[in-house]
Amino acid sequence: MGTSLFEIVEHPIDVEEVRKKVVNRNAGAITLFVGTVREMTNGKKTLFLEYQAYPEMAVKMFEQIAKEIKERWPEAKIAITHRVGQLEITEIAVVIAVSSPHRKAAYEANEYAIERLKQIVPIWKKEHWEDGSEWIGDQLENVPYAEGKPRF
Amino acid sequence: MIKVLLFAHLQEAVGQSKVMVELEGCTVQDVKKWMEKEYPQLSLEQMMAAVNEEFVTDDAFVKDGDTLAFIPPISGG
Repeated sequence: MGTSLFEIVEHPIDVEEVRKKVVNRNAGAITLFVGTVREMTNGKKTLFLEYQAYPEMAVKMFEQIAKEIKERWPEAKIAITHRVGQLEITEIAVVIAVSSPHRKAAYEANEYAIERLKQIVPIWKKEHWEDGSEWIGDQLENVPYAEGKPRF
Repeated sequence: MIKVLLFAHLQEAVGQSKVMVELEGCTVQDVKKWMEKEYPQLSLEQMMAAVNEEFVTDDAFVKDGDTLAFIPPISGG
């Protein structure tokens, strides 16, 4: 794993390595969001997932999210790593680490980051089921594209 | 030349991840029309676009050497 704060990787993600990137002597809290591959979605069984990214733009969008977080929680520090390629059930797709002097900002900024990731970061997943496969176009799983459309 | 990048189902529909388009001084909308004519299986009308890795609207201009990516509804995380 590299040393940059924002990465798209093709290998399994080490949660601890992402956490280390936000370690800070003035931090009193680090929150970690670990997104994993789920087997059952609304009664339908997933066999495995395939993620694809537009890596150069994805990293830019991670930086955009970091900038937005800086405006809202000035003392928060964030690192994001997202994996692409084939992922099996229970494997880690994304890790978001946020450190902050106090826990509330660390929780809030971390949730903000995953919500924004699902809106503006060009990453796609293809679901592989027992009876077929499909690129999933609805990142929030219940919100149509019209509403989930990226804000500029 | 404009480099057009395709992802997810668009990439599968065309069978390649990149298409070089001989247009210049045009808009994103013009490229969408050209692509749909060249690849009738594509439907790009509702598709988001990014020029040089920044989201843009369909009336944005695209020039020689630009990279235009069509961004299907995203599903990361």
